[in-house]
Amino acid sequence: MADATPQAVDNIPPAEVPEVELYHPKSWWTKYVFSQDAKVIAIQYSGTAIAIGLVALVLSWLIRLQLGFPGTFDFITPEAYYQFITMHGMIMVVYLLTALFLGGFGNYLIPLMVGARDMVFPYVNMLSFWVYLLAVLVLVASFFAPGGPTGAGWTLYPPQAITSGTPGGQQAGILLMLASLMLFIVGFTMGGLNYVVTVLQARTRGMTLMRMPLTVWGIFTATVMALLAFPALFVACVMMLFDRLLGTSFFMPALVEFGEQLEYGGGSPILFQHLFWFFGHPEVYIVALPAFGIVSDLISTHARKNIFGYRMMVWAIVGIGALSFIVWAHHMYVSGMDPYFGFFFATTTLIIAVPTAIKVYNWVLTLWRGDIHLSLPMLFAIGFIVTFVNGGLTGLFLGNVVVDVPLSDTMFVVAHFHMVMGVAPIMVIFGAIYHWYPKMTGRMLNEAMGQFHFWVTFVGAYAIFFPMHYVGLVGVPRRYHELGDATFVTDSLHSLNAFISVAALIVGFAQVVFMFNLFWSLRYGKESGGNPWRATTLEWQTPETPPIHGNFGKDLPIVYRWAYDYSVPDAPDDYLAQNDPWPQKAPASEAAS
Amino acid sequence: MAIALILVVVVVGSIMFHVLSPWWWTPIASNWGYIDDTLIITFWITGVVFTLVILFMAYCVLRFRHKEGRKAAYEPENNKLEWALTIVTGLGVAAMLAPGLIVWAQFVSVPDEATEIEVLAQQWSWNFRLPGADGKLGLSDNRLIDADNPLGVNRSDAAGQDDIIIEADDLHLPIGKPVKVLLRSADVLHDFYVPEFRAKMDMLPGMVTYFWFTPTRTGEFEILCAELCGVGHPHMRGFVVIDTEEDYQEWLQEQSTFAQLSSPTKLSAAARLEE
Ligand code: HEM
Ligand SMILES: [Cu+2]
Ligand SMILES: [Cu+2]
Repeated sequence: MADATPQAVDNIPPAEVPEVELYHPKSWWTKYVFSQDAKVIAIQYSGTAIAIGLVALVLSWLIRLQLGFPGTFDFITPEAYYQFITMHGMIMVVYLLTALFLGGFGNYLIPLMVGARDMVFPYVNMLSFWVYLLAVLVLVASFFAPGGPTGAGWTLYPPQAITSGTPGGQQAGILLMLASLMLFIVGFTMGGLNYVVTVLQARTRGMTLMRMPLTVWGIFTATVMALLAFPALFVACVMMLFDRLLGTSFFMPALVEFGEQLEYGGGSPILFQHLFWFFGHPEVYIVALPAFGIVSDLISTHARKNIFGYRMMVWAIVGIGALSFIVWAHHMYVSGMDPYFGFFFATTTLIIAVPTAIKVYNWVLTLWRGDIHLSLPMLFAIGFIVTFVNGGLTGLFLGNVVVDVPLSDTMFVVAHFHMVMGVAPIMVIFGAIYHWYPKMTGRMLNEAMGQFHFWVTFVGAYAIFFPMHYVGLVGVPRRYHELGDATFVTDSLHSLNAFISVAALIVGFAQVVFMFNLFWSLRYGKESGGNPWRATTLEWQTPETPPIHGNFGKDLPIVYRWAYDYSVPDAPDDYLAQNDPWPQKAPASEAAS
Repeated sequence: MAIALILVVVVVGSIMFHVLSPWWWTPIASNWGYIDDTLIITFWITGVVFTLVILFMAYCVLRFRHKEGRKAAYEPENNKLEWALTIVTGLGVAAMLAPGLIVWAQFVSVPDEATEIEVLAQQWSWNFRLPGADGKLGLSDNRLIDADNPLGVNRSDAAGQDDIIIEADDLHLPIGKPVKVLLRSADVLHDFYVPEFRAKMDMLPGMVTYFWFTPTRTGEFEILCAELCGVGHPHMRGFVVIDTEEDYQEWLQEQSTFAQLSSPTKLSAAARLEE
């Protein structure tokens, strides 16, 4: 058998660095508001992300109301429609998913899972949240600015993003959007450096890289990618601001707007697209990799079985992370770039399918011969696999350059990316919340509400996005607030759209139940104890639940094994915590703590 | 139990939806049937993978569901299985990529005999230019665009004088002749998209992009814009009419050249002389 489970007590280096004193909060304010404790920061990040995410959810209802029942809602003007989709898309991708996975789960789980007392730079970590909050407020401000938020699409392509035919293009909308993104990146960078350095420098004794839970691997790799990808977006934002405010022409060629020659000349709109997607494609994986990592741990824990092919899983995460920097132009097959690039980018894109497929096989093979507990986290993990496999496979259509040509910019694309980076990661987020909520609060989330939430969300989301592929296949372009007449616009197509919209509203309602559950269980949830899932990783071994500032007791835990020792033959229990020295005896100091 | 059942329902339902639903692509009207073929290959391969993975998962859930006394197997790795799966996946991917790249090679090699025509997009309408008797399009530039010269054709280029200008009206093309469509934009990004032709391409100010196709069916085909271009985006429509050769020639006789449009007085004088 493989050596992935070193029973190795030989791998415990002596402590090298003396422990440093943590910052001790002196008042209520520094304990709960301007807190430097990663766990409090995590909750602040998550709360803000979920709050703004709810705005994006409501926007999706408005979008679907317009598409399902065109002409019924007078307040959804074409301008408003474009503002809705733009804000919906940008909020979902950046302000919800990125912030929640990295700022939320990253902050909560990294120190706990690697056995650290906190992030290495707690003060910077705190600033990271406050800058993020500012970014969100600036974004929200654009809803109230004259002219409203930008309606340029979440891709913000110039020249359109800063010209007058687009809502917010010549008003405050686009400026606030760019400012907010820049703030977000500044805030993220402060947090991101923390996550990376903490993983590299603050792991407890015995926690080698190849013993880390895949959750940490996923978040770590995603953070490294984000640190490399966001700067491209940052400079693109700066350049567009200059074009808009100072009259430079980075992205603006000579153009005639409604019969009037503008002052611009010589710039390249395609340059923006390269910068945007150099960020934008890795961004997809910045959202996906933490989900991959987390779902691996959920599946393993709830199937009471070690994750299958751990080392392959780690290399797949790292490989996908690296490859995702050389595939960006698959978003630009019909952008007008030199078509010969298509050969290169189609090849790299389809190569990424291989490590991605390996991950899927390994999840499913972890279930195989497992002892599957159909708890809520497991149900959501299964929901994730279905939607991710579906969305990943349609990626093979869009990645294969010539197949993309008829599908590009149609609703097929919208369906594809919602499956793969909308629904799938959100399934993992839900699973993760059901899984870690007991650690964060000491109480379980209500099971009945959770079951309702899962079934409606999973079946409903599939009912929204699976048929949507066919709307695109028929020929409907994306970003159309009404279809008008065309040969392919039939009555049956209209009824399909109405069906999708009804499903979207129902799924939206289920989220309200989930939100209610979050608050209700805080008071009335069943008490969970410290390790309700009988899981191996360190966050479940803390002396207190919820863990207090400093996470662990007097001594940091010592790690003797990988994170996946479930159902080890001959072991006394069906799991061995990472700090369980079995079959040896614990050293005296350990036993005492 | 319910979850295993729903997994089976998802698979069966998806397949039935695919086969039975009325929503499918428009009948093709160009030479790009190869694109449809590649799409079909991709549907097959991905459909098989989807079915196998999800059904296998349903089986696992059913068979290995927790019950009293069950203990999971302990098998961290299995090199043989992992490599076998990797290789099979690699082959499946190659089976999609290879035909895809072959068809792409055709897509990017424009035949020499293709006629060049030009489309100029603006917020929110389509204009067209066809080469005149000399078979060549004259130079053009966005900076030359004004009320009298909506396409920005260069007046000092002799090749442009006989170009046919079609402003915000239908484009006609003869059936069976390859065309290279040169794409320009006066203002923001647009995308020339006729679903029945399968091909599409963005149009950008400051650049000329292109694609080529051969019309294979007569009829009227609607042009849609497929790249967000502001609030009028869905309303930016036009028609390409594919004619038989005779119909096309007849239509062509009625169109005006750039020179005629530039000097309306001369045009009416010429018309009077003919009478
Ligand atoms: C129930 C939940 C959701 C529904 C019903 C929904 C619906 C939609 C629809 C119908 C559009 C396309 C509108 C158009 O092109 O005309 C759209 C756009 C978009 N959605 Fe969602 N969505 C949901 C959740 C999400 C999530 C979780 C994400 C996160 C990745 C997301 C990201 C986006 C993005 C990036 C766009 C593109 C915006 C643009 O075209 O600029 N959505 N959504
Ligand atoms: Cu991409
Ligand atoms: Cu458009």
